[in-house]
Amino acid sequence: MNQSKKLGVQYLTASIVMMGALLLFGLLASIFYLKYGFLLGKLDFNIVKQVHINALIIACLWGFMGAIYWFLPDELGIETVGIGLARLLFWVFVAAVAVVVVVFIFVQYGSSDESGMWLVNQGRKYVEAPRWAAVGIVAVFLTLAYNIFASVAKARKVTGIMGVLMTTMIPLIAVYLIAFPAPTNMSVDLYWWWWLVHMWVEATWELMIGCILALALMKLLGTSRKVVEIWLYLEVALVLGTGILGLGHHYFWIGTPQYWLSIGGIFSALEPLPLLGMVVHAIYDAGKHQMKTHNKPAFLWLIAEAFGNFIGAGIWGFMMTLPQINLYSHGTQWTVSHGHFAFYGAYITGIIAVAYMVAQESRGIREVQGNAWKWAFAGLNIGMVGMVGALLVSGMSEAFIGRALGGSTLDGFMASQSNSWFMQGMIARTGFGVIIVASYFILAWDLLTLGRRSEKLSPALATT
Amino acid sequence: MPESTAVVFEPGAGDPRFWRDGAIATTAFMLLVLLLLTVDSLRVLTEGGGGNVPAYTVINQKITYEFDAASNMDKPVIGGEELLFGHRYSEAEAKAIMDKGKLVIQSRSCINCHAFFGNGAYYAPDLTKAWLDPTWEKMWMPMTQAKTREDAMVQFLMHPDRYPTWARQMPNLNLSEEEARAVTAYLKWISSVQTNGFPAGFGRREVAR
Repeated sequence: MNQSKKLGVQYLTASIVMMGALLLFGLLASIFYLKYGFLLGKLDFNIVKQVHINALIIACLWGFMGAIYWFLPDELGIETVGIGLARLLFWVFVAAVAVVVVVFIFVQYGSSDESGMWLVNQGRKYVEAPRWAAVGIVAVFLTLAYNIFASVAKARKVTGIMGVLMTTMIPLIAVYLIAFPAPTNMSVDLYWWWWLVHMWVEATWELMIGCILALALMKLLGTSRKVVEIWLYLEVALVLGTGILGLGHHYFWIGTPQYWLSIGGIFSALEPLPLLGMVVHAIYDAGKHQMKTHNKPAFLWLIAEAFGNFIGAGIWGFMMTLPQINLYSHGTQWTVSHGHFAFYGAYITGIIAVAYMVAQESRGIREVQGNAWKWAFAGLNIGMVGMVGALLVSGMSEAFIGRALGGSTLDGFMASQSNSWFMQGMIARTGFGVIIVASYFILAWDLLTLGRRSEKLSPALATT
Repeated sequence: MPESTAVVFEPGAGDPRFWRDGAIATTAFMLLVLLLLTVDSLRVLTEGGGGNVPAYTVINQKITYEFDAASNMDKPVIGGEELLFGHRYSEAEAKAIMDKGKLVIQSRSCINCHAFFGNGAYYAPDLTKAWLDPTWEKMWMPMTQAKTREDAMVQFLMHPDRYPTWARQMPNLNLSEEEARAVTAYLKWISSVQTNGFPAGFGRREVAR
């Protein structure tokens, strides 16, 4: 196995481990809603939530990077250029993340000046990481971009997928620079902050996972490159064609001009289109190849990605995005329902699919076997659908009671939070959360021991 | 590895250029539109720029939030003088206290429980119009024995653990008096931002429990 593929395995392993932290802190955060005064003054909700959402970002990034380093040598036919630096930076990245998490949990709050921003906590959602760590993330991204561009140059071959992947490196780095300044004017701050959050999650990342899944589809089902690339270009056109102005659905209420209500409403209504296209694409390909594959879990997680992305990001997003509804649904547990379904459906499922492919190939397994993956697949999906359903119940009662009836005052909010419908959703959410965590451990165990358990092994395959 | 992956791709051969060019053109067009809208939006968002965001010195004035029938939405209304902490802030003083307030809000990770303009977390109330909340006068001023709304807010922000009331309790984040005052000033300013009617009906409705 060459160096790039080894690094791919490392990043994917780290991603799966980070998902564990993500889930444990998520489960912990859910208890705060059930138990008054839980960990108050010791480990407050904001800190737990902060670790939860940062673990999500890191798990996704590590998953993408793992997949890219893994597929790159196959796609270009050469060892990745500058892989030594990339392998060194992996350990720096892991160490930096560990330090940030320790600081978040034990230092928690910095001073209210620039030094607090540089050393402890920037306190902007998703980009809480102190600036020193953000500088490190930029260095890692620059190295990733260098690895890709230099390898393409050396191989003298730009495939369509590589073309799209190279393009995504530009916004990946450019909008991340918004993580540094802290404008005093919250309206201006949020205007640019959404460029980072929306342009990453609803545009750049969608295209990165699109490239990764295009490579996966060709390997897994033997779909022809031409078909995959036409779909990828169509996806680029639709994702960016609807997503760039779909940014408008974040510009309804932050002090922006009123025309964003119309622009955001229309374009975010169109945003599910590319995701629907991916479902059609995946089903069509699966049917065309009569669902024949040597890696059933990877294949099923790929299908889960297509549906999860469409339903979680597309439908769940559209449900609450029209301004007439968003006026009441925005910033409630309804948003939480959509957020969980979307990140899971669009990214986590895709990363798990790639992790199964990598486990199979790196260990030379002819046919992925066993029952563990079935339990993990069923448990995670049932747990997630149950959890977002429960959150939706809580979110809707919060929107109706706290927002529409209560007018969003402190008293209205608190009335919604102690309402029994809200609480029932919260209890159910924690219950499904336990199912998700248990299924995660099955998944992690399965991925770790695949091909190493006492099942039939075949001789190593071509690449290893 | 399945055999089919052995397909060798020659650069240029069978490249679906039509779709690629379409994707590039669509992206370029949308980016251009976004850039134009951004220029206009930033003009509206700049504090004291005559758009939706008042200058920081608005903290010297009375702010209310009223339903505007013509535009069918709730809008902040800036009234006459109503000093904060009995002090008339100059432009530079107002800017300094806002800078501090924002940094306090970031350093204490407020938005991982609360939200501004609905962005943040949903464990604690949205703070967009917190300055205007009727509860300060109804409940917190008597409870903290403060004479003004801003003094009640400072008392609460410095010692939230002394007032365990609702279904949630705020932790003590060790705010100094200067920091608590800065946050209070920030909350007063942010309540003056015109937000296209979000949140709707604020302060005009009572929910039955």
